[in-house]
Amino acid sequence: MDTLERLIYPAIDELAPSWGGVVLPKAPETPLIGPAAALDSLGLVTLIVTIEGRVTDELGRSITLASERAMSRTQSPFRTLGTLASYIDELLATPAGDA
Amino acid sequence: MTMSDRLVTLITGTRKGIGRHLAEHYVARGHLVIGCSRSPADWSVENYEHVCLDVADEPAVRNLMADLRRRHGRLDHLINNAGTAAMNHSQLTPLSTVRSIFETNVFGTFLFCREAAKLMMVRRQGRIVNLSTVATPLKLEGEAIYAASKAAVVSLTEILARELAPWGITVNAVGPTPIDTDLIRGVPADKMERLLARQAIPRLGRTEDVANVIDFYLRPESDFITGQNLYLGGV
Repeated sequence: MDTLERLIYPAIDELAPSWGGVVLPKAPETPLIGPAAALDSLGLVTLIVTIEGRVTDELGRSITLASERAMSRTQSPFRTLGTLASYIDELLATPAGDA
Repeated sequence: MTMSDRLVTLITGTRKGIGRHLAEHYVARGHLVIGCSRSPADWSVENYEHVCLDVADEPAVRNLMADLRRRHGRLDHLINNAGTAAMNHSQLTPLSTVRSIFETNVFGTFLFCREAAKLMMVRRQGRIVNLSTVATPLKLEGEAIYAASKAAVVSLTEILARELAPWGITVNAVGPTPIDTDLIRGVPADKMERLLARQAIPRLGRTEDVANVIDFYLRPESDFITGQNLYLGGV
């Protein structure tokens, strides 16, 4: 499954009108955190929650992106859209209930 | 995701006591009410659905919210009523009891707030009401852990109110006085009399008193009221 195309980019399209002109390029290398990130912290929270909702709607799975597994990593899965997509794939590969 | 026409209200701890009263109250007001408790409810009413779960069970709470999202597409109100108490002197309180009370009263409340807010964010509106207690400001001996857990709930309420305000979600609390429910059944009569005497209005509370405050918090006109905790009985 192409997680970027199916889950993440549609979430960006859904939220873009509420970002007041902020543009988040739909590309794997787009940063989500750090000085180069376009979104502020509230924008990032909204994006994460929207993606979680899309996972439920599209795949019938309930996952928590901001989990202990994510927070304990030395390399944050929220660095870029691409790393976030890889992390979602990893969560979806684990049995339901453990993600 | 389908969208329910009715207001959807989620209430924890609805098997009995205040929770059951609140569930019946909001069904009577036309809401679709989803209730939960560890055990099945021995009562039912149209437009009420009961789910068996432990409020501190993270996967179960997430599944409940995913189910609400799929079937109703919205969550308008969350009332975190589920609570537990163990009244005893601190010297006679095992750590396992402390853990158990915090699991339900604090962790459960946090978990429901966090997961419910995700669903409320979709429509950029929502109302969360938590249950505190007069045992905290009255500093009741024998209720150290219960009062401390509810103090944590007040703190959660105040901070979540600020964190969730950008999405139009209000978070408030109501602190009941003792009400004639199972929670206070083990309290000796003389202690109860002394306790009520410390209230401005010295009587037992009623479930209607609690519903009245929650009605106020849930009103559409109350969208500028958040981070508040209202104690009943003039405490």
